[in-house]
Amino acid sequence: MALKIVKGSIDRMFDKNLQDLVRGIRNHKEDEAKYISTCIDEIKQELKQDNIAVKANAVCKLTYLQMLGYDVSWAAFNIVEVMSSSKFTYKRIGYLAASQCFHEGTDVIMLTTNQIRKDLSSPHQYDTGVALTGLSCFVTPDLARDLANDIMTLMSHTKPYIRKKAVLIMYKVFLKYPESLRPAFPRLKEKLEDPDPGVQSAAVNVICELARRNPKNYLSLAPLFFKLMTSSTNNWVLIKIIKLFGALTPLEPRLGKKLIEPLTNLIHSTSAMSLLYECVNTVIAVLISLSSGMPNHSASIQLCVQKLRILIEDSDQNLKYLGLLAMSKILKTHPKSVQSHKDLILQCLDDKDESIRLRALDLLYGMVSKKNLMEIVKKLMLHVDKAEGTTYRDELLTKIIDICSQSNYQYITNFEWYISILVELTRLEGTRHGHLIASQMLDVAIRVKAIRGFAVAQMATLLDNAHLLTGNTQRNGICEVLYAAAWICGEFSEHLEDPMQTLEAMLRPKVATLPGHIQAVYVQNAAKLFATVLRKHEGETDSQAAQETSQLLIDRLPLFVQSANLEVQERASCILQLVKYIQKLQQKNVEVAEEVTALFAGELNPVAPKAQKKVPIPEGLDLDAWINEPPSESESEDEKPKAVFTKEEHKHSRSRHTEVDEKELARRREVRKQEQANNPFYIKASPSSQKVYDAPGVEHIPVVQIDLSVPLKVPGMPTSDQYLKLEEERQQKEKAERKKKEKKKKREKRGKERKADSGPESEEDIRPAHQVDIVTEEMPENALPSDDDDKDPNDPHKALDIDLDKPLADSEKLPVRTHRPEVLKSPAEDRVNESIPQETNKGSGKEKKEKKKGKEKDRKRSKEEKKKKKHKEVEEELLESQPEEAIQSEETKEATAPPTSTSTEASDLDFWLCSAPVPPAAQEETAPSSAAAVDTSSAAAPESEPDEPKDAEPEDTKSSKHKKKKQKKEKEEKEKKKKKRHHHHHHHSDAGGEDSVQNGTVEEEEPLPPMSNYSLLAENSYIKMMKEDADQVYDIQGNHQDESKVVVSVIFENKSDSFLKSMEFNVLDSLNSKLQRPEGAGPHDSLTVPFQLPPGVSNEARFVFSVQSIVMPQKLKGTLTFIVKSDESSTHEKLDFKLHFTCTSYLITTPCYSDAYAKLLESGDLKGSSLRLEGISMPFHHLLARICFHHHFSVVERIDSCASMYSRSIQGHHVCLLVKTSDQTVSIDAKCDEPSLLGNVLDEIKQTFSKC
Amino acid sequence: MIKAILIFNNHGKPRLIRFYQYFAEDMQQQIIRETFHLVSKRDDNVCNFLEGIYFTLIYRHYATLYFVFCVDSSESELGILDLIQVFVETLDKCFENVCELDLIFHMDKVHYILQEVVMGGMVLETNMNEIVAQVELQNRMEKSEGGLSGAPARAVSAVKNMNLPEIPRNINIGDINIKVPSLSPF
Repeated sequence: MALKIVKGSIDRMFDKNLQDLVRGIRNHKEDEAKYISTCIDEIKQELKQDNIAVKANAVCKLTYLQMLGYDVSWAAFNIVEVMSSSKFTYKRIGYLAASQCFHEGTDVIMLTTNQIRKDLSSPHQYDTGVALTGLSCFVTPDLARDLANDIMTLMSHTKPYIRKKAVLIMYKVFLKYPESLRPAFPRLKEKLEDPDPGVQSAAVNVICELARRNPKNYLSLAPLFFKLMTSSTNNWVLIKIIKLFGALTPLEPRLGKKLIEPLTNLIHSTSAMSLLYECVNTVIAVLISLSSGMPNHSASIQLCVQKLRILIEDSDQNLKYLGLLAMSKILKTHPKSVQSHKDLILQCLDDKDESIRLRALDLLYGMVSKKNLMEIVKKLMLHVDKAEGTTYRDELLTKIIDICSQSNYQYITNFEWYISILVELTRLEGTRHGHLIASQMLDVAIRVKAIRGFAVAQMATLLDNAHLLTGNTQRNGICEVLYAAAWICGEFSEHLEDPMQTLEAMLRPKVATLPGHIQAVYVQNAAKLFATVLRKHEGETDSQAAQETSQLLIDRLPLFVQSANLEVQERASCILQLVKYIQKLQQKNVEVAEEVTALFAGELNPVAPKAQKKVPIPEGLDLDAWINEPPSESESEDEKPKAVFTKEEHKHSRSRHTEVDEKELARRREVRKQEQANNPFYIKASPSSQKVYDAPGVEHIPVVQIDLSVPLKVPGMPTSDQYLKLEEERQQKEKAERKKKEKKKKREKRGKERKADSGPESEEDIRPAHQVDIVTEEMPENALPSDDDDKDPNDPHKALDIDLDKPLADSEKLPVRTHRPEVLKSPAEDRVNESIPQETNKGSGKEKKEKKKGKEKDRKRSKEEKKKKKHKEVEEELLESQPEEAIQSEETKEATAPPTSTSTEASDLDFWLCSAPVPPAAQEETAPSSAAAVDTSSAAAPESEPDEPKDAEPEDTKSSKHKKKKQKKEKEEKEKKKKKRHHHHHHHSDAGGEDSVQNGTVEEEEPLPPMSNYSLLAENSYIKMMKEDADQVYDIQGNHQDESKVVVSVIFENKSDSFLKSMEFNVLDSLNSKLQRPEGAGPHDSLTVPFQLPPGVSNEARFVFSVQSIVMPQKLKGTLTFIVKSDESSTHEKLDFKLHFTCTSYLITTPCYSDAYAKLLESGDLKGSSLRLEGISMPFHHLLARICFHHHFSVVERIDSCASMYSRSIQGHHVCLLVKTSDQTVSIDAKCDEPSLLGNVLDEIKQTFSKC
Repeated sequence: MIKAILIFNNHGKPRLIRFYQYFAEDMQQQIIRETFHLVSKRDDNVCNFLEGIYFTLIYRHYATLYFVFCVDSSESELGILDLIQVFVETLDKCFENVCELDLIFHMDKVHYILQEVVMGGMVLETNMNEIVAQVELQNRMEKSEGGLSGAPARAVSAVKNMNLPEIPRNINIGDINIKVPSLSPF
């Protein structure tokens, strides 16, 4: 053994390390490949050794070689070995190599699952970190499924370093395993408010990525992001959030309205260009989303455009580029504001930077109008002449065509001009867009009937001068235009002045040097021309000329018959025979022109690109059904159609047809698809028009290059500039004319089939030079109008389109591995509610089950918590904008807390969206919604909410608010009856904002009876005081541990017919409990109740008490004094009452992990006690609901008729209950670290149940 | 998302490649070649963004090296540009006056630094001090384990090098120092 080690280290001494390898490669520049192959051999030897250090060294070298392009997947197993080393140094090398070369197809990845899990739960943070980093690069669906839970746990790791990595990697996990999104989302959301800025930024990052693809699911997060946006100072986070808002605004225009102001502020204040730019971008997105709704945002647009102009004028090319990019977005909705900067953009065309020129071109595309099209195109043509690089020139060319042809040639007033432009463009040397020009020519000639005469004349000239264009015969070269020219001349030959000459030009021997598909068109159209010529001559009874034409064809066509191109050959020989036959007839003086023309009769109309797709499937046609009986296995379906062309190799399969199975069929199908794809005669799914022109073997035709250095001015070709001048003159003339006619009727619009003018300028004024008739594209009859979604079905983000607001179902929990202990880490400081880091031991199966459910529960909980946080925000916002007493805002909030979780989300958002700018309005908005579902009592209450509740003036509305609250409760109760699974009681949703969650896991049980928390406090003939017997509690943590605050809400109801005012509330403080009085007030001063009560009205006030010890219930004596004011007199009255602070009122509903719960019970710090209740007939879930509701417990776990419950006091005492029921007997075992508190709580529980 | 991070020199030799989306090795090399082709013919005074074949390219050119980030539309162009600056400055700190040779001979270390900046295509950390701190802690951990090339191997490698006097070691490093310009505030 020792010898082995020595031998190992001696071996090592002669190993190359990475540096040696690099050095070696640098020293072997001439035979690098050979050197590397010897190195790889060495590495292979090293990998065979047992020494992990040697292996790691080898793997490190492989990583380098991988960078140089060598496939190192053969070493995948060794990489796994190195990954699983216990030393960080080697582990890191292993994970690096894995991240560089593992992918979903790497089969050894399955072996890594356990290793990665082990590393993730390693006590060393860098082991975990390295594993997370590596995993982020090669996570597969399997790994994601198996490790999702482990990673989720890491999201609450104590170290921010791990947390941020775990949060980031969740995105990859979601992509690979979409089922994990919903269970993990609440925690992810939680991380948005992580104390560590890095974790926060990571969470923002992930949610932004998610939301970018499926924005609508993340709309409910808008308030949270809004808060982050206004509070964060991290530019990275800000940029991400602002980008996210850009994606959200199109879905929710109200959000946009809310955003404008803070964004504008940011634009004004920030010095970071990156942030400024993103703000401008999002403002643009907002403006786009608002463009219909709110017209008056010109200030914002102006600001954006102005800032962008500054960017564009900046000397920094990057800013210039981005400025142009953003400008093009504004252009889409607000073209006018951009058009005023035309000068700037045209300037950019001269920029030395090509990217900038291209962006400027993009902008020009949107800036054209009927008025300036010619001018802009002229400028572009100048640039075409000047442009040096062919790529840029080609780009210019395509842009010119794009600009002119956009939205059905909307901006072209003079098609003669456009044809001239196209013809001019053909003179570009070396362009690769001949095809594009050609298709434009065809398109215009076909669709604009009026232009055909002119087009044909131009094309004839082109054909005549074809030699100028044949310089470049490569595919897509400029000679492609001859294709168009020949076809146009042939198809519309009736417009030709001298068809004979064109025919002659088309049959020149030189034509044979053109690509095959062009020759084919030449031949075919020569026949069309021939028909025209014949008819012309027959009309003049000039049989001699007609016969000469036939002879010409007979002389020239044999050249094409010999063509190597099949298409040309076939067409040529057909036509040759036809002409020969015609010649025979001519010699017999038979009139043939009619019949020949008939061969080419009929109009060809353009067909819409989607036409094929839109053909409706006839009723009763089932393409999957067998037409005949399905063939027996021996006869594979694909043999028949191929029978004629089957190749040799396919015949083999026939001999072994007996073994044709599913796989084989699938394979053949694949082969056949492949074949069809290669078969030009098959109509493909997405037919590209280009295919038509492709012919095999074009490149092989020998071509004589004609080198023309001087572009010739072709005689008789008008240059487009003439049109520009003409147009200007014409417009001027028209203007003058119009002035004369001004008083006459409005001129009727010309161009009947053209779209209604929607150009940015006053387009109606410009009419086309001549009547144009743009033939619309043909669609099949009964075409379905629906526009297909062109979404890519393979987009991985499609799977992530998941509604995140729905509560989690039991089936959605993440798979948890249970065969070994798991370490749950939770950062103690950022979890207020469960401050104990949990570590569950190997436990019974039941416990594990509990754990699972507990997690489930936890997710729900955190979700709800979030919701509440949102509430808080809303509240805070209100407080900011309306600095009043907390009481007021609490009430508002209470009024707006909707009963069920889903609707909470929705209406929260609604509330948030409409609240901020005008808070009072917001109240109005929400109040009716809560009142809507309620009975007539609401009708009596005025629905408008008070702006200033403190004032005496709107007294009656105040009471209406209370009513609404009551209605609210009634509504809740109604909801409960609707068999809602989750019962949330929002009586206490204020302040601490805790819901009591009940029966979270219970399915379909009997509805709960209504429960009320209010008990009578005191009553006399004038007034009734109701106290909420379970007071809402503030939890004051940290240094105020020993002095907690309790809020008591008291409802004052005026029972008399008189007006009650000047109510003063006073309590005799005890040592333990004191009423909180405003600063400066003495210990016995009374508090003024902040409202007055008109007859029959009730309202609620809250009083804060500070409490020292909470282990005992307390009674405080108090007095309420008030003035009763009736018409004739006013009297001073007094009412005594006793405030009873029960122990349960000090408990806060605190959800608890079941594992934390188990740990708590095991800790042994808790003292036990128990309670037996007899004769309880209510269903178990009602019982639990009662305990939850009245005593502020939450259900940790419920199994059949047994449930564990948890609560925590404001001073941090844990109270655990185990409730069991059997035969009307309920036994409650309880544990708490404070026995007297527990005893009192149990007494109170007993009381609760004895009452019913 | 960042789709790939490529570092290559003025001749297109890759110095670090990091793909966050799987491509086979030959495809990776082709992307490097095409990216180099696009980037190298641009002047230094033109803008740093470029519509590539597969993604948007955002790059910076430092002395002999190109740092190219291939990103999709969710990234802020100027933000990434700053990120490259942060990354290069971090390299400069970790290697003390970084030059191309550092990247050539310590590709693994550069990877480890990059891993602290970008993870799985998403930006992990932008604070340079934090990045440097994490890298150093990990290096210290490696050192405490004895490192990959332990003392004996290093000694041997030194001996081996003495036999090969023609190996250029740290010659003219000064010439190819990457000049890190003073940072403008983010």
